[in-house]
Amino acid sequence: MHGFLTAAEWEALALSFRVASIAVLCGLPFAFFAALLLARTQFRGKALVDGLVHLPLILPPVAIGYLLLVSFGTRAPLGAFLYETFGIRFVFSWTGAVLASALLTFPFQVRAIRLALESEPAGLKEAAQALGANRWDRLWSLHLPLATPGIIAGMVTAFAACLGEFGAIITFVSNIPGETRTIPLAIYTAIQSPGGEMMAARLSALSIALALGGLLLAEFLARRAREATGQGPLSR
Amino acid sequence: MSADISLRHRQGDFTLDAAFGFSGPGVTALFGPSGAGKSTILHAIAGLVRPDAGRITVDGETLFDSERNIFVPAHNRRVGIVFQDARLFPHLNVKANLLYGAKRAKEKPGDNETASVIALLGLETLLARQPRHLSGGERSRVALGRALLMRPRALLLDEPLSALDAARKSEILPYFERLRDESRIPILYVSHSMDEVARLADRIAILNAGRIVAEGSLFDVTANLDLIGGGAQLPGTVLEASIAGHDAAHDMSELAFGGERLFVPALGKPAGARIRIRIDAQDVMLALTRPEGISANNVLAAMVLELRPGNGAYEDVLLAIGDMRLVARITRKSAARLNLTPGLSLFAVIKSVTVGGRDPR
Repeated sequence: MHGFLTAAEWEALALSFRVASIAVLCGLPFAFFAALLLARTQFRGKALVDGLVHLPLILPPVAIGYLLLVSFGTRAPLGAFLYETFGIRFVFSWTGAVLASALLTFPFQVRAIRLALESEPAGLKEAAQALGANRWDRLWSLHLPLATPGIIAGMVTAFAACLGEFGAIITFVSNIPGETRTIPLAIYTAIQSPGGEMMAARLSALSIALALGGLLLAEFLARRAREATGQGPLSR
Repeated sequence: MSADISLRHRQGDFTLDAAFGFSGPGVTALFGPSGAGKSTILHAIAGLVRPDAGRITVDGETLFDSERNIFVPAHNRRVGIVFQDARLFPHLNVKANLLYGAKRAKEKPGDNETASVIALLGLETLLARQPRHLSGGERSRVALGRALLMRPRALLLDEPLSALDAARKSEILPYFERLRDESRIPILYVSHSMDEVARLADRIAILNAGRIVAEGSLFDVTANLDLIGGGAQLPGTVLEASIAGHDAAHDMSELAFGGERLFVPALGKPAGARIRIRIDAQDVMLALTRPEGISANNVLAAMVLELRPGNGAYEDVLLAIGDMRLVARITRKSAARLNLTPGLSLFAVIKSVTVGGRDPR
């Protein structure tokens, strides 16, 4: 395989995978909570929360990168506080790429989990209540297992989307080889450099394969999970 | 063990204002047309609906009291409920469904008890199955077992048979009969089917438009002219008879009933067994003299006790047959022609008898 990709390309690929997997895993608990809030509760300002959750889908990624920079930069109050008290620095670090990717793909996770929670068969909650399960118990024994297909679908879709993140990352954490240069940034760099066309083409082909593979995998895993949780295939 | 219910609840322009009680062992039917508020009452007892006002006590514990602001949440009530649509958990197999409530119970059922509930409902071979591979009748049985294994202090059945076709119903009714005969807790059975009620219930509370219009033993309530012709829409009288003998040559059984005899198609029960029968008011003809040369086998001497104009062209007639009461529904025109008055002796020709098939304790 080393024959096909150069060391720099491998570096970009490995970094992309690391950033995407950590971003998805860190976003998941928040996404599940947000989906639960939106699917199962009624409260004032729900439309606002719904809008905020979806904001990353419609805002230009560059704008999000800029907002992250002004809030998490080491001279910004929040960024300075995090750096001075915990030693956590996001700017110019791969952890910043994780933060940006998690934020941008958050809506994908929330939407898939919310859909799964909302499609839970009616009345199961009441049945579990009458059988002695309290709210937390029902979450773990009923809602969470039945939402597994949606959780998996959301995770894989968000992972695939993370691999494609560009604008927010380059704005927030710059384009540092081995640190923040993920595949899209590597493609951009290759296009900018003389003689980089072949590298750009290879990395683009890789991106297409990864995105497509991710979506197919999501579909397959979600179907398997629906069968495992006794819910049968989704009717379309 | 007993339960006392008194509640008021508004839902849109429908007002429920009902008070009644049920006690165990035995089955109390909550009977009434769709939309009468039966399910709302059941949900309120289980704690799934919070009524506007009232009080609910089960087995001495107050589960709801609007004046004292008591509302025990559903998961702490220990009231079993079986829904019309079973509501099995799709991600758990039959065994895990059965044990869902048991695991969460304060006093868990022992292995013997679990095994005997599984045997009572005939679920031994289904334990590893997923709910979506079960038939409708099997699903109801699992839902019933799941509710029993939480060891409830009262059991609520919300039309558990209404989603099933006739064949599935007759397949599962015997399980409910066994449950009634073996269970010691009070069972409230919601239904709009008089067939099921006549087979299973000992007592009946009739709900109409949000109010309890009658409450009492099945025999008394079904022989009450106010209810038969009135809002309750009862089809006929439920009676108790004993098997006097069998006529093997004609495949018939002979029932002793109010000092008279009644012939029905052969029953697989020994002589002396007591059984429940239902005679629909429409299936009783009246004759002033003992009719001769007719095909009906059952002609009983009776006396008119009371007459009541019913719906439309009909008149309901309460008859005494020995110490039993029976209601006949004839046209007003016939009643006038026969000149029926209370105290008149005549003959009741019974065209059809529904046999409930239970042995009362």
